Amino acid sequence: MCLGVPGRVLEIDGLVARVDFWGVEREVRLDVVDQPVEPGDFVLNHVGFAIRRIPEEEIEQTLALYDELLAELEREDLMAADVRSELAGARPRDDG
Amino acid sequence: MAEAAPARLEFRDRDRGRALLDALARWTDDRIDDPVSIMHVCGSHEQAIARFGLRSVLPPGLRVITGPGCPVCVTDAPEIDEAVALAESGIRVATYGDMLRVPGSRSSLADARGEGARVEVVYSVTQAAEMALASPDEPLVFFATGFETTAVATAAVLLRDPPANFSLLTAHKYIPPVMEIVAEMPATRVEGFLAAGHAASITGWGVFEPFVARHGLPVAIGGFEPLDLLAGFAALVERIRTGRPGVDNCFPRMVTREGNRRAQQQLWRVFEPTGGVWRGITRVPNGNLQLRAEWQRFDARQRFAARLERARRIPAPPTRAGECRCGDIMAGIATPADCALFRGACTPALPRGACMVSSEGTCRIWHEYGGADPLAADVA
Amino acid sequence: MRKDERIGLRHGAGGPAMRELVRSVFARNAIARDDALGLANLDDAAAVRVGERWLVYTTDSHVVNPAFFPGGDIGRLAVSGTVNDLAVMGATEPLGLACAVVLEEGFAGAQLLTIQASIEAACAEAGTSIQTGDTKVMGRGEIDGVVITTTGFGFADRLVRDDGLRPGDDIVVTGTLGDHGFAVLARRNDLRVEGDLRSDVAPLNRLLAAALAAGGDAVVAMKDPTRGGVASALHEMAEKSGVGIVLDEASLPVRAPVRALSELVGIDVLHVANEGKALLGVRPQETKRVLEALRAHPLGRDAQRIGACCEQRSGRVVLDTGFGRRLVAESDGELLPRIC
Repeated sequence: MCLGVPGRVLEIDGLVARVDFWGVEREVRLDVVDQPVEPGDFVLNHVGFAIRRIPEEEIEQTLALYDELLAELEREDLMAADVRSELAGARPRDDG
Repeated sequence: MAEAAPARLEFRDRDRGRALLDALARWTDDRIDDPVSIMHVCGSHEQAIARFGLRSVLPPGLRVITGPGCPVCVTDAPEIDEAVALAESGIRVATYGDMLRVPGSRSSLADARGEGARVEVVYSVTQAAEMALASPDEPLVFFATGFETTAVATAAVLLRDPPANFSLLTAHKYIPPVMEIVAEMPATRVEGFLAAGHAASITGWGVFEPFVARHGLPVAIGGFEPLDLLAGFAALVERIRTGRPGVDNCFPRMVTREGNRRAQQQLWRVFEPTGGVWRGITRVPNGNLQLRAEWQRFDARQRFAARLERARRIPAPPTRAGECRCGDIMAGIATPADCALFRGACTPALPRGACMVSSEGTCRIWHEYGGADPLAADVA
Repeated sequence: MRKDERIGLRHGAGGPAMRELVRSVFARNAIARDDALGLANLDDAAAVRVGERWLVYTTDSHVVNPAFFPGGDIGRLAVSGTVNDLAVMGATEPLGLACAVVLEEGFAGAQLLTIQASIEAACAEAGTSIQTGDTKVMGRGEIDGVVITTTGFGFADRLVRDDGLRPGDDIVVTGTLGDHGFAVLARRNDLRVEGDLRSDVAPLNRLLAAALAAGGDAVVAMKDPTRGGVASALHEMAEKSGVGIVLDEASLPVRAPVRALSELVGIDVLHVANEGKALLGVRPQETKRVLEALRAHPLGRDAQRIGACCEQRSGRVVLDTGFGRRLVAESDGELLPRIC
């Protein structure tokens, strides 16, 4: 029941947004999302409610995260101190 | 061929995926006899893993265990019996589709519907409230199942003043407490947890820090696209191999440290945690969500106490469960392949346990997608 | 089916439960014959030898709800379904159709006229007509709206069955998947989605005639993936032929709105009915030629090779996702949206 699908907000009327899921449109309620949502924003829909606004910059960052992870995993010597500190510095930590 | 969601919102790039898989294989190649054991606690994670065929390509030195993350499966038989009893007594019951065919002690809501009860499948709790509004002269009970992410929606509907004929039969569950139980089970050898990404988008990843500190086991927040999953596994394997417990947010586009405060406020205004029984796991302290005192006018258990009491007096037939190993499977101690009934006596058409009924049940997913069936690389 | 059992919706879903019902009840005394294709074969139609040719015949009941949906209605479905069952056996020029209609008291005349117009249009497209039928009316509430049962017959020079696949054969689909099923699902389940979801319901006999003309004997199997979708149809073909089938997910042709709805409700495109598509098993040397012939026809523009047959895992269908492989299971009953 975690089924959550991202979509793009087309228009908003009070607490109801019309969201485009790249082929179908549906109304999604904005009662529980915690950031202001505007047309053009991406939101994650779960059981008819937007539970999160997806910041555009995060999407690019996620891809960058995967690439970094890959680069780290390719390093042979896991126990080298310099590698460890690189890992600690390079892995994004969220600040909320 | 279809122009779908932008590729950057669907993390399905196959080259990166294969690179991550190769890296996972290299990092676990000395643990083939004693695989690195990771548990996830989300039915949708198992769905995603299965759907993208990841089980067939996970390296032998890595074991991904399906924990008790299927909210349908862990909804205990007595709770289903209550829903069935209400439906059989003539009350309209609305339910999410996943719960329709899950067996209680005697029957399921689908069985009740087959006998004439009015059971409606809804896709959101909002729809159930609208049904109540459309027929104000008769009661409508919403069977409120699902984990915290779904409970948020239920809370939102209550906070918006639903019609008087609307009530809830609550069976919502809360995941973090069950991770504690699994972490403390002597039989499991779980070395790290992949936490459910959408639930974490509500609760924030900060809730896992005390867990990590207490148990010294790493937690990664995992998304549901193939790259999200593989990145989550990779982060856990790295921490396990280097012995550095911690929390990794591998789903930053959805999850922050503090989560969605507004949703949390609404959730905890309406619900409070209470102990409960999860099917197959026995007692989970704080694992169930119940309505707070000020919302109990919407509690179907109180409104229809008399009908439920009558139903409770009908003895249930002896349980057919027998060798059903749903409990062990949900605790990660056994896989469906370890259950004698799997695929023989227990199939989606004739399920013995909840794990085979729910679309997120481990047994159902393995039955559908092949589980650990070695789907060998190339064929003609 | 035991005496104490009851019929469930799964018995009509086109999947394993329905096959089991047919085998254990309706076909329980069926005997296979060499000179005829009958109940024992459980193919899309039956056939008897008449001279050098085969006379193919089939019947279908249509109970679609709602009776009117984007892209078509029960009338169009009633003609297409039967014409297509004949066509996938190789009988691409129907000799005629018979149509029995059962109407509920109170059914609107305007709707009936629309349905009849659709029937006539579909017949014209297929080059056939309805020459006999039956009409009944049942009391209000005794039947749901309208039920149409269509019977058709036609000659085939060569019978194309659904059990003729061999390892190495290609699997071709004539166009996009899931259009009908999702169009109906979106309408009837109060999902409140808006999108360009249209049924693909259409008679395919002329399209398949072109494919057969191009491929000849190399077209070794055909089936139309209606209820139960491509998953059920391929399972039957794989089981009856004794081969395994591997599908390539990247090559499945799917329209954007169908894909979007599939993701939104968690229902697999492979499980959903198609009413204007056919699956073909083709000897690999002729696949290119068959695809060209299909794509040259308006109903086959999106034809694709979607997979191939193999020796391993006989009777099973596997999907290659690009990351790994997994089984394609059959849906066994109602398609229920997951939490959306």
